[in-house]
Amino acid sequence: MTEHNLSLPCSEEDVRKLRVGDQVILQDTLFGIRDATQIHMFDRGRKTKFDLRGHAVIHTAPNVKTVAACDDYPAGYAPVCIGTTTSARMERFTRPLMERYGVRVIIGKGGLLAESQNAFRDLGGVYLAIVGGAAALETTWIEKIEDVDLDDLNPESLWKFKIKDFGPLLVAMDSYGDSLYRVVNERASDRRAAALASLRVVG
Amino acid sequence: MIVDTNSVEETAKQLYIRALKDLPDDIKEGFQRLDAEETDATAKTILATMIENIRVAYGTDNLLCQDTGIPIYNVTIGGGVQVDGFALKEAITRGCARATTEYPLRSSVVHPITRENEYNSCGRRIPLINFDFSDHPDEMVIEMIPKGSGSENGSFLKMCIPAEGIAGVQTFVIDKVLELGGKVCPPTIVGVGVGGTSDLCVHLAKIAATRPLGSRCDDPRGAELEEKLAKAVNSLGIGPQGLGGDSTAFAVHVETAATHITMNPVAINIQCHSARRATATFTPAGIELGY
Repeated sequence: MTEHNLSLPCSEEDVRKLRVGDQVILQDTLFGIRDATQIHMFDRGRKTKFDLRGHAVIHTAPNVKTVAACDDYPAGYAPVCIGTTTSARMERFTRPLMERYGVRVIIGKGGLLAESQNAFRDLGGVYLAIVGGAAALETTWIEKIEDVDLDDLNPESLWKFKIKDFGPLLVAMDSYGDSLYRVVNERASDRRAAALASLRVVG
Repeated sequence: MIVDTNSVEETAKQLYIRALKDLPDDIKEGFQRLDAEETDATAKTILATMIENIRVAYGTDNLLCQDTGIPIYNVTIGGGVQVDGFALKEAITRGCARATTEYPLRSSVVHPITRENEYNSCGRRIPLINFDFSDHPDEMVIEMIPKGSGSENGSFLKMCIPAEGIAGVQTFVIDKVLELGGKVCPPTIVGVGVGGTSDLCVHLAKIAATRPLGSRCDDPRGAELEEKLAKAVNSLGIGPQGLGGDSTAFAVHVETAATHITMNPVAINIQCHSARRATATFTPAGIELGY
């Protein structure tokens, strides 16, 4: 297990250094993205003003408070509670996010599936697991909401966060085809018969 | 006892915010128990982060999780309570909306077809308000559950047939927990409904998933199933967040109802590790908040 400190945006070379089981702490910039954001970007032709090349996106829709815009709140939003949602619903957007927008890092909970794994391998990307439901803690890693786009979708807007020491996060899927979720799922499948036998069920 | 619906509105507001900020003691104790018994190093780190998050939420007076959930209010009305039921529903709905706009909370509720958000956590038939009755004289209890969507999406119903027996029910539970993996934010409470009609079966699964840890099914046959299923589920090694370990579920809770001779329904509803709930008990002495 190696520990990495990764500033964003990053390069393909940076991402290819990350292997399953490593820990990563992110710095500088992080974009928040969600179901509706990506449905509008990829199914309805909406464009974003942000340049996402080499960046990290986190599956989120934050709690925010509307405030007067100032240095601390340049987008007119104060963070209230920012956490992470289940990634698997957004599986089909991984490849277009990477191919069309150049995203390198996806952060979420619960993992992504085989198609995303292939995209990470083909294009140089990685999935970092954050602890879902630990939003109070996660909020302390976010310095401010720098900017926002597609805000008619609020709270599923495209958010730009300024971050400091965001993590540690666990590399759960890397660019070499390895996935912790697959390992756990295969092991659980192997144990299914014994679990059913303990219930006196012939499976 | 006559219930003043103005106090219900204020209480419904407080309950939503309270539930989002502080976990019930039984869940906090559940974390300590899992942490003590966990043997996987990654799983122990994840549990430690979850426990730290509870502390940070308290220390920063913040919400535990970003998901404000689908708001559910369970109202149990005792004998001798006089209340205008319609006004009660309106008051709860107003309180739920005020919690959202005044705190402010993320409104996580949209119209199912247009996906439009009214930005007050309310919409058609939401908040969900359930009514039940108890034999406690002069007491009305409102329980608030902000039900997180990650775990709510792990809901399933199967109309098993009698020939599949209880084996069919148990296999369904194991296979669904396996399939869901980390998507439902484990460690979870796996709620299982057994019997009834299709709709009652799903409702029972929700009652089971949101029951306090340490409580047991009051049907002895259901209680027996709870213990066996909990051991089996935790033998799969899915672990916290689906990243491996012993702590897949705090518990499996079962609720049962009589069913038809040709039916054998089973439903699953999952509660995530942020197993939030809050209660208010109305008595002639006043309103007491709890979990």
